Amino acid sequence: MQEKNKEQQVLIDGSRLIIESMARAGADAFIGYPITPANLLYAYGSQRMSIMLPAPDEITTLQWMSGLAVTGKIPITATSFPGFALMVETINMAYMMELPMVIILVQRLGPATGTATCGAQGDLLLLKGMMSGGHPLPVLATSNFEDCWKLSEKAVNMAVELRTPVVLLTSKEEVMTQKSFNMGLLDDIKPVERKFYNKDCDYKPYGAEGLVPDFLPVTQNKHQVRINASTHDQRGILQHSSDEALNNTRRLENKVNESVKDYNYYEHDHQEGAQDLVISYGISSAAAIDAVDRMRKQGRKISLLIPKTLIPTPVEYKKIIKKYSKTVIAEENINNQLGQLLFGVERPENIRFVEGLGKMITPEEILKEVEK
Amino acid sequence: MSTQFLNTSSLPYCKGCGHDMIAKHSTKAMESLGLSALDVVMITDIGCHGIIDKCLNTHTVHGLHGRSPALGAGISFGIENPDKKVVVFIGDGGATIGLQHIMEAARLNLNMTIVLHNNMLYGMTGGQTSGLTPKGFATTTSYDGNPLSGYDICALAHTAGAAHVSRVLGVGDISEKFVNAFKTDGFSLIEVIEICPSYGVKLNPKRKLTEIVESSGREIGEWTNQRPAYKFTQTQKTNDLLSKVSTIKADFKHNLKEPLSVVLSGSAGEGVQLAAAMLSKAAMRSGLDVTQKGSYPVTVGVGFSTAELNLSPEKINFHGINIPDVAIITSTDGLNHNKKRIGHMQKGVLYIDSSLEVPDTGAEVIKYDFRSLGAKNAALASIVLFAVKSQIINHESIFKTIEEEAAGKKLPVDKIKKTLGI
Ligand SMILES: Cc1ncc(C[n+]2csc(CCOP(=O)(O)OP(=O)(O)O)c2C)c(N)n1
Ligand code: SF4
Repeated sequence: MQEKNKEQQVLIDGSRLIIESMARAGADAFIGYPITPANLLYAYGSQRMSIMLPAPDEITTLQWMSGLAVTGKIPITATSFPGFALMVETINMAYMMELPMVIILVQRLGPATGTATCGAQGDLLLLKGMMSGGHPLPVLATSNFEDCWKLSEKAVNMAVELRTPVVLLTSKEEVMTQKSFNMGLLDDIKPVERKFYNKDCDYKPYGAEGLVPDFLPVTQNKHQVRINASTHDQRGILQHSSDEALNNTRRLENKVNESVKDYNYYEHDHQEGAQDLVISYGISSAAAIDAVDRMRKQGRKISLLIPKTLIPTPVEYKKIIKKYSKTVIAEENINNQLGQLLFGVERPENIRFVEGLGKMITPEEILKEVEK
Repeated sequence: MSTQFLNTSSLPYCKGCGHDMIAKHSTKAMESLGLSALDVVMITDIGCHGIIDKCLNTHTVHGLHGRSPALGAGISFGIENPDKKVVVFIGDGGATIGLQHIMEAARLNLNMTIVLHNNMLYGMTGGQTSGLTPKGFATTTSYDGNPLSGYDICALAHTAGAAHVSRVLGVGDISEKFVNAFKTDGFSLIEVIEICPSYGVKLNPKRKLTEIVESSGREIGEWTNQRPAYKFTQTQKTNDLLSKVSTIKADFKHNLKEPLSVVLSGSAGEGVQLAAAMLSKAAMRSGLDVTQKGSYPVTVGVGFSTAELNLSPEKINFHGINIPDVAIITSTDGLNHNKKRIGHMQKGVLYIDSSLEVPDTGAEVIKYDFRSLGAKNAALASIVLFAVKSQIINHESIFKTIEEEAAGKKLPVDKIKKTLGI
């Protein structure tokens, strides 16, 4: 990695940063199926990863990734809603099997095929509700190029350290737009440390001392490995609903919820004396930053919160919101998915929403809502 | 009695279920090949046959209904040791829903064996018709017999490229048949025709397996393709995606006080995106912050090609452009794509090819015969003219960028300089 150096200006897109970051963090396989706006990620993935396989569809994509993960690889893929929809059952499988992998979800305008070349932020509640049983699937959302670098690394770390699929949530405008960027500011990335079970006594694939069981690939001949997506006990043997097996399912939930302590990413730019708070994540956070900037220049006191860990949802977000008399959430959908994630269907009166459909939310729209 | 591969002889199936003999004879074959239990990774599908896991001493992977061939393929890709065996247990139901996965593994000739438990119906869910149920065979969703023929899975896998395919009657000791499948270099599929006493026998009393197979027109046999097993081929790789991106030093100055949004638009194939990249990089050389994105129809080779750029002396966050400060239009396609926003411009500048009709706009209009330099050069000429007229960046920064970044593209720099008089 280059020295930190202010002079390293480049014209670059977020896709390149994401793939390079994940590769340095230890991801070694990219399984691809083409879909706009994730094609740049596919192109870079195929140039960079030591294993690149073109799958015939997105169900296969996730199954191949799962198989590779069973052999000890760290696979990644990139897709958009139509492909992601096909992956849902297998992501549940990989979650239950406790296999590390990262799925980069590039949001575009839906429903269905919608508009392939138009950005959106419409998939958060799908991610929130896609695990049968309502269990939390980790979701990290990038909001700028620094995140494309840092959070991508964290997504790989999280996947390996928690033995789970992780979604890196982004959107069309974030991964396809070229921007001038100072690469000299990028931190070094080290490959994630993989600790395989190395004791002599019997191996239990789901017998965790803490919340995350030791992993062992099927490539070795020392211990029997049983990987299971059906309800199972600690040895990985199918059970209907034994206490041990149900406790295992509870552990999956707890494992991810507890992890929020270690993977709690957000930016809170608090201004002393501010009564109002703007919240935005992903692509809309750039407009939020500009809006807050302008209001401050005009002498208005205002704070900003950019959540990055979306699931599991850190309790800090609601604590921060409580400090302000009014909060404006900006995200590119028409149903305020982040608001629903935080408050359910009935948003408190003092939580306002700036929507967007088929176009990026502008700083002016956020400004107007704050000043109302 | 347990064996090296099975930890019990009482397997969890209904009495007389054909799955029982498949489990016993396939593991007997593994033993006779000298494999040890942990040499084998067994991937089991969802269905009655798939509940065998707990009885196996091999590695076991139990996934989703129909997806085990793809899961097994993933494992096969990841296993570098050729002595390891990847074996998939699947039913005719799983083979129906996951047909594509079997075809793909056969096409690639992946090192793995699929053991297809064809009891001609969905056992676990109550005896319904599957895609492999033979014509005339009665099921709980077709009491008078299936009106249609089932897939000939052996023919399909064979034509897809499987190294070894066989159809076997699940009668007597068939372990030798499994040996042939397991010792194949590449992909093998063994379809065992067997019966489910709980549904198959009840609904088709007195019918014999041999007669069912014969009357459905299927043959018992082996089919092979002489082709090498799948090998992962490395394509050209880079070990650093960032090393390919050139760093840009600010060796020119700019005259920009406020952020400026620019839309450059023309026709596909006329170098619009390349010209936009040259402008972006020239602006960066001049010390400006830049964003650039392209839009074009899904059929990238025809119609408009538009680039949206933001240039700013300060860090750019929001990069959306609604009404631009500057519009540069070099063709009819470009004009049509941007007519509306040009109409909304109250100020700013419109650079437009003189062959085009100037739309109603509040922008200052600068006409130039960009296309006289050739359609392919119009976009490039237009950004040079923009630099010359606006004085925001030095046009030399564009030529320097071309020299360093697009030398191989043979862009007509001299011609543009001459025509524009610079
Ligand atoms: C996606 C999905 N669809 C449906 C099912 C329900 N299901 C479970 S087992 C099964 C059929 C099994 O039949 P087969 O594969 O022939 O195996 P057998 O039970 O006969 O051994 C089905 C449809 C499922 N588990 N998953
Ligand atoms: S229901 Fe049929 S297929 Fe399932 S175990 Fe019983 S006999 Fe075998």
